[in-house]
Parts: sequence; structure tokens; C-alpha cells
Amino acid sequence: MSTSLGSPNVAAIFFFFLFVSVTLVITYWAARRTRSTEHFYAAGRSVTGLQNGLALAGDYMSAASFLGIAGLVSLSGFDGLIYSIGFLVGWPVVMFLIAEPLRNLGRYTFSDVVAYRLRQTPVRIAAAIGTLAVVTFYLIAQMVGAGNLIKLLFGIPYEWAIVIVGAVMMAYVLFGGMLATTWVQIVKAVLLLGGALLLALMVLVRFSMNPLALFANAAELFGAEVLAPGQLVADPLDALSLGIALMLGTAGLPHILMRFYTVPDAKTARTSVSYATAFIGFFYLLTFILGFGAMVIVGHDAIKAVDKGGNMAAPLLAEAVGGEGFLGFIAAVAFATILAVVAGLTLSGAAALSHDLWVNVVRAGKAPEHEQFLVARVAAVLGGLVSVALGIVFKGENVAYMVGLAFAIAASANFPALVLSVFWRPFTTRGAQASMLVGTFSALLLIFLSPTIQVTVLGQATAPFPLKDPGLVTIPLSFLVGMVVSLLTPEKDASDRFDQMQHRLHLGPEADQV
Amino acid sequence: MSEKQRALEALAAAQWKLALRLTAAMMAVYFAFILLVAWAKPLLATQLVPGLSLGILLGALVIVAAWILIWIYVRWANSHYDATVTRIRETGR
Repeated sequence: MSTSLGSPNVAAIFFFFLFVSVTLVITYWAARRTRSTEHFYAAGRSVTGLQNGLALAGDYMSAASFLGIAGLVSLSGFDGLIYSIGFLVGWPVVMFLIAEPLRNLGRYTFSDVVAYRLRQTPVRIAAAIGTLAVVTFYLIAQMVGAGNLIKLLFGIPYEWAIVIVGAVMMAYVLFGGMLATTWVQIVKAVLLLGGALLLALMVLVRFSMNPLALFANAAELFGAEVLAPGQLVADPLDALSLGIALMLGTAGLPHILMRFYTVPDAKTARTSVSYATAFIGFFYLLTFILGFGAMVIVGHDAIKAVDKGGNMAAPLLAEAVGGEGFLGFIAAVAFATILAVVAGLTLSGAAALSHDLWVNVVRAGKAPEHEQFLVARVAAVLGGLVSVALGIVFKGENVAYMVGLAFAIAASANFPALVLSVFWRPFTTRGAQASMLVGTFSALLLIFLSPTIQVTVLGQATAPFPLKDPGLVTIPLSFLVGMVVSLLTPEKDASDRFDQMQHRLHLGPEADQV
Repeated sequence: MSEKQRALEALAAAQWKLALRLTAAMMAVYFAFILLVAWAKPLLATQLVPGLSLGILLGALVIVAAWILIWIYVRWANSHYDATVTRIRETGR
């Protein structure tokens, strides 16, 4: 089958410019409303539950999940679905343990919550290290993915693609802050859900709207094993380790956690997780149909001919069922997806730099509002420049493992400290520091020693650490270190303020006057 | 300890208990699925009707389970939890 993929596609360029124009108009509108730090980081706390649900879904459904999972399913069938499911099951954990405490206890970053009843400086520094590590690895994966993808989709050079993504994204964040970033996420989420649904329907029309007929057809063409677990999950320990990191990592991703500050109260935070889980679950169920659809309609060989990893399966499927115009639309949606996710990441990195490190550590919480606002914007520019630089430095590198690494650090560094701080009275400053630093650096070290780096990237025969993902070791380790160190370093203030924190957690910040 | 504080602690304990149970339930469902994928490959390959293997069905059901657990929590929080918070705010107990 021939494809127009890789040559400039008029429809793709039209839809891409349409998206950029609409989002820049939104940014202009948002910029006029972004007058303070509270607007810049938290959209003035004016976002509704449905809007925030869509924005959370937008932040979470990256190009990796749209193109990557559809591609994985199209090549290996059932095994790809394991990722679809792993990426969803963290959301109930966010709902039960994180969303409402975060909204009631913090202002702009998750460190606000961890540091709530502890000593600010040491906790903020440790939390900022964890945040910046997660954001950096996630950004590298997104930027390198963006460069390659745009090269394939639009036929423009890698470096140009990186610079375009960096420039447009920086415009959103710098001028429009969280309000613009939120609306970019909403537009992108609606486009992605709508595009995926349309594509799935156009596939199902050929199978009398019956997904089972599609799956049966795939089994006929490529053997019954495409509907069964294959070699992807060979070792149960490996599977558990990846699973626990995907699940708890979701509840520790700084750009996701930051979204809970954009809503007016805890109840809205709760509503927004319900919407987000509904949309994300629906989207991942659609990937079942897109993946098997590409397998049957496009075929293994045609998918692999364009990209060995299968990443172009969804665009190829769009071309096969809807022609060049539909391919252009899906390509532009993928581009929009990357732009939006990168903007969200940059904003959360900027918040860690300016709100946590500058305002609360360097200036000990005493910086005047105009200075905070200025530093926030400087940090956003810095974040944008760094992400463009990272994208160019890592050109051609195998960075697929970096998404897994970001989830592993988020699950090991951020999640345990967050949960212990909110729910465990004896938790102390030293305990929090130890838990976050051990979580970050043990995850980094074990990934370096794992087969992922040693065998896949460096080409060694064996690896000193047997698991591909360190979560099974580093998450319990981080909890354990946090608890043991806390018990060894009792802190009366932290324990005394636990009651006051519980009061605010349940009754909300406005009930602070006891 | 004031009456208000006692009411608040009871609410916090109830919230924690439910949150912990639901989190454990989600983990149990998900890890059971992962372990079946790792250890019971032939079982999951069984086709219930042509095109629908047990693996695909269970995978979709894990997503449905996440929805159901969230629904249980939201129903409890919207009725019981919110009502108690309002009561404590207004009457102080």
C-alpha cells in the first residue's frame, strides 16, 4: 500500500495552522486575564469540574499513548493493551488519596502539601529535585518524540520541528499561564477524543459495528495469538514492577497534580477526576479498536515499512479509511497533543523553580507579588529554552525508556512523601527529605543498572539489576526510609500541626480560623 | 478535645478507611490481571466467542472496575462526606 506520509500534506498543514491560530487567540484572551501569580499558576481557581476533567485527560493522553499504544496493539495485539490498562488504573488512586487533600492544603505545587506542617526549606529543595527530575525526563521523551513524529508526518527537518514546538508552547505558557494552558488542553482533548472516536467508527463500519468481528478477523489473518498474552510480559516480577510504577506514578506527576489547584474547591477536584477517568478510560478502550483496525486494514508489513516501532499505525489507518484529508487531520491532532503536553510540563517545571525554590527557599516566602509574577515568567522562558535544547541534544537517541523513568521517579519520590505527609502523623522534615531523595536517586541508579539501559541502550550482555523497571524496589524503599527516619527524628511541631492540617484538609482553607 | 475535633476525627477516620479499601481493591484487580497475563497465558487465550478472548474481556473489565470504584467513592463523598463537612462547619460538631 502506498502512503503520502512523510511528504508535506496540505490538509495536515491547514489543520495544524488552524489549531495554532485558535490556541493563540485563546492565549491572547487568557493573557489579558493573567494579572497575578494566582492566575499564572492556577488560572484564578476558576476552572469547572468538566473543564478540568478534560484538561487532566489532555495532560495525560500524550502522543505516546495515542500513537505508541495503537502501534503496539497493531503489531503485537493483546500485549499492547496491557499498557492501555496500566495507564488508567492510577486514576482511582489519585481520586481516593490525592485530589481533595491537594486542593485544600496547597497553593501551586505538590510541595506545598508535603511541606505544609514541616520545615519549608529542606522539604521544598528535596521536592523540587524530584519534580525537576520527573519533568526533565518526561520532556526529553516528548520533545524527541515530537521531532521524529513531525519529521515523519510533515516532512520538515527535526530541529525545525523542535523549535516550532518550543516557540508555540512558550507563547502559551509565558503569556497565557495556566488559563491558556488549560484551554489548550481542553481543545486538544476534545480533538483527540473526537478524532479517535471518528477513526474507530470508520473502522467499525467495515465490520457491521461489531468490535468482536474485527478481533475475529485479526485472529484469522494473523493467528489466534494476537488475542492472547505473548512475550511482552514474560517475567511476573517485571510485570508487577512496571504495573506498580504506572499506577502510583500517575499520582506523583507534578503537571497532573498542579491541575487540582485550578478548581474552586475540593468537591470540584473530585468531580474533575471522575470526568478525567471516564474520558481516559473511554480513550484507552478506543485504542483496542484502533490497534486491531490498523492490524487488519493496514497490515503488519505496511506499518513496519514506515516505522519499525509501529508509531505510524494510527495515521496510516486514518489514510486507509478516510484518505489524505483525514490523515492530515489525525496528524495535526497528534502535533497538537505534543504541544499541549509540553506546555503543561514546562509550566509545572517553572512552578518548581520559581514558587518552590525562588520564592520559598531563596526569599523565605517573603517575595512581593510583582516579584513572584516576574520570576514565574522568567522560569517559564528558561523551561522553554531548556526543553528545546534537550530535544536537540537527544536527537537520534533511544529515549522510549524515559517515560517509564519519569513514572518510576514520580512513584518513588513524590507519591510516598505526599501520602505520608497527609495521612501519617509521625512524619517529619528529615523523613520527608530522606524519602524524596532516596526515591529519586534509587530510581535513577536502578534504571541505570537495569537491562533497559545496560542491554537495550548500551548493548551489554547482562545487567547488574534484573528488573526493567525499579518500582517494585524503590517505592517500598522510599516509604520505609521515610518512616524509619521520621521515627528516629521526632519533630514536635510537625506532629502538633497534624490536627490543624486535618482541620483544613476536610473543612477547606476558608475554615482555617478554628 | 472539643466536640468539633472529635467529629472531624471520626470523619477523617471514615474517609481514610474507605480510601484505603478502594485503593486496595483497585490494586488487587489490576495485579490479579497482570499476574494472570504472566502466568495463565493459555487460559487468557481461550476464546469465549469468536474474536473475544478471556484476556481482552478481563482487560476491558479492569477499566470498567476503575470506573465502578470511582463511582462508589463519589457517591459516598457526595452524600455522606459532604453532608458531614457542612454539618461540622455550621454547627461545630
